[in-house]
Amino acid sequence: MTLLVGIFFAVAIYLFLSQHIIRMVLGAAVLGNAVNLLIFTSGRLTLEIPPILTGYETTTGMLTANPLPQALILTAIVISFSFFAFLLVLSYRAYQELGTDDTDEMRFAEPENQDLPPLGY
Amino acid sequence: MRTLIFRTVAPYLASLMILFSIFVLLRGHNEPGGGFIGGLIAASAFAIYGIACGVSPVRRALHFHPMAISGTGLLASTAAGMLSIFFKVPFMTGLWLDIPLFGDSIAVSTVMLFDIGVYLVVVGSITSIALALEERPNS
Amino acid sequence: MTTIDLSAAMITQAPPLADWLVVAPLVLCMVLGAVLLMVRKDTQIQPVIAIPGLVALVLVDAALLAHVWMNGTVTMTMGRWLPPFGIAFTVDILGALLTLTGGIAALAGGIFGAGDVNDSGRRYGFYPFLFLMMVGVSGAFLTGDIFNLYVWFEVLLISSFGLLILGSERGQIDGATKYAFLNLVATTLFLIATGYLYGIFGTLNMADIALKAQTMDDKAPMVTLVSMYLLAFGMKAAAFPANFWLPASYHTPRVVVSALFGGLLTKVGVYALIRVLLMLFPAERDLLGWVIALIAAATMVLGAMGALAQTDVRRMLGYLVISGIGVMLAGIALASPAGVAATVFYAVHSMIVMTALYLASGMAARASGSFSIAEPGGIYQSHVVLAGITLALFFAVSGLPPFSGFWPKALMVKASLDVGAWWLAAAILLTGFLTTIAVGRVWLLAYWRPAPAPPEEASTGAKAAAVTPVHALSPLLDFLPLVMLTALVVLIGIFPQKLLELSQIASEQLLNPAEYIRSVFPTEGLQ
Repeated sequence: MTLLVGIFFAVAIYLFLSQHIIRMVLGAAVLGNAVNLLIFTSGRLTLEIPPILTGYETTTGMLTANPLPQALILTAIVISFSFFAFLLVLSYRAYQELGTDDTDEMRFAEPENQDLPPLGY
Repeated sequence: MRTLIFRTVAPYLASLMILFSIFVLLRGHNEPGGGFIGGLIAASAFAIYGIACGVSPVRRALHFHPMAISGTGLLASTAAGMLSIFFKVPFMTGLWLDIPLFGDSIAVSTVMLFDIGVYLVVVGSITSIALALEERPNS
Repeated sequence: MTTIDLSAAMITQAPPLADWLVVAPLVLCMVLGAVLLMVRKDTQIQPVIAIPGLVALVLVDAALLAHVWMNGTVTMTMGRWLPPFGIAFTVDILGALLTLTGGIAALAGGIFGAGDVNDSGRRYGFYPFLFLMMVGVSGAFLTGDIFNLYVWFEVLLISSFGLLILGSERGQIDGATKYAFLNLVATTLFLIATGYLYGIFGTLNMADIALKAQTMDDKAPMVTLVSMYLLAFGMKAAAFPANFWLPASYHTPRVVVSALFGGLLTKVGVYALIRVLLMLFPAERDLLGWVIALIAAATMVLGAMGALAQTDVRRMLGYLVISGIGVMLAGIALASPAGVAATVFYAVHSMIVMTALYLASGMAARASGSFSIAEPGGIYQSHVVLAGITLALFFAVSGLPPFSGFWPKALMVKASLDVGAWWLAAAILLTGFLTTIAVGRVWLLAYWRPAPAPPEEASTGAKAAAVTPVHALSPLLDFLPLVMLTALVVLIGIFPQKLLELSQIASEQLLNPAEYIRSVFPTEGLQ
């Protein structure tokens, strides 16, 4: 499990270092899953007994799976999903508007060779 | 993607999926399911319909703008949390009400209202993103 | 059939009505955001709903601050589940103070936006996104649960994306791409750190963590944890060396959006740093103190130097935001009561001043037609009041008396000299000096320097057109928010006692979280 998390992180970072936005978007998706697995692992791995009380007992009497990491991961999945959707739209729009998906060529907000500010009147 | 088969099947498929999404939403009470996953199913139904028949029929079929649907959902969820102020319990406490109907009792709760709100938020926002992606400049 | 006694796990008595103020800012913003989303197409109604809503928000925030000031830290738990199982909202002076300041900045932005954002921008959803961003900002300031803090971060991020690409121009999309990816990395780091934190402590409630961290013996994983939080929130707060996303994107959106971003977003990062480093892990922060001090000094000096090198006023302001972050970090590095009080004070000052400065720069650009200081503006000739207000704000941002920037900087210098960190004090003074040069040059070139005389052969009609401003400035929508913020700056500068007292209480509460913990766990007693 730990190894898997490591591999996921490595892939995500490799993709993030790429020049092309679309690869970075994919990297973001992988990164989200890496973190989810990490949270899952840090919540201790146990047998798959659902922590659900049926009827009126107060404890299940067995060691159950930890529900909190699952809740956290669910939240994180929702958030990373919406993030991914937004990034996809954004990079699609960037490709349409800027005509490139190469981050080195994206210099519209900060043009190169700007003039220095004037030093006096 | 505008093949004859797909175009014929898509409306039926989409309506089935929306029906199924409502089933999942209501089932999510005590079993796997719930607002988020139900909303995703409904949003993908609209997305499929959009791929098959174009974006503008979807927008017409929805009648409201997707973002307005999200707004309604957000309002519903917040209202579900706020109801607890009238019962003197902290924010977001689940409140239950049993309504006897046809000899059986149906549990209506603020939790369900919250879940319906989540469903609407997800349907609205994901549909608007999907439609924005499907909208080609040339079509 | 047996019934279960839930009183051990749930709150059974009713919360006092005043405690509802804790969630009131959030609920108000959510409801208004939702309503505005529903009437998105109706551009005329939106400001009519939004501006009274923002006024109500400021009032609620003020009431919350008063309540916290009178009665101490307040906690409300969601859904009756007792902490550490339920999600708690815990508000101390720091949270309430920053929420109020954020509300004021949002109100100014909302009023200014009524005149500045055109119909298409409104249809795109300026006001709904503004409210949703305020949900995130207020939530981050008010929550008492670290995972919940992450959720609010994401809420404000996603709505800030919406605001950032308002208008979808090329520069905006370019800036937004960089902003989005860098912030994605930062929040993911935050989430990773939170995952580890849960692995170590088995809890996410801040008060519970603060309790357990005191008794934790094994320091190694916690120092790792704190370094990860430092990096994640440092990226959010645009601290050196992770500050490059800010000047790349903050000048691209509409000026009112820049104003809100410059005023609010980075301060949320600073708030998270204060909360996590000072309250949760004070022992580990002491180990990293020199690193934070170095970051602080580098951030403020390089920010000021970056500001010197800019031609575009908005980009210069972006660098000034960064340099202000450096000053706030200095207080976190010192972690003495005076230093933290100065940080809190400076955060409040910076939220107001940066919002006002961006608004003023937008008005100046509308008056002179350009954001560049290379083109002479002659704003002093055409708009004396605007030029005067801007001068006051420039003095405030560089820390000259009698404006609000002077007191926290003086406090901070004194606090660093008290612990013998003379180089930190020197860095703060150098930053003030460089900032004065940068803003002084802007004022001279863009405001004082007369506009070029129109060519002789031009007809009188053309001459009149050259003299009249590009867009008329409306006295109500444009000047009201600016005058309001500047009045606050001057008031804080002349009567700093109340705010100083508040920041000192906030700093005591942070450095000794007993009251915070007691508010969440009333039965824990005096620890």
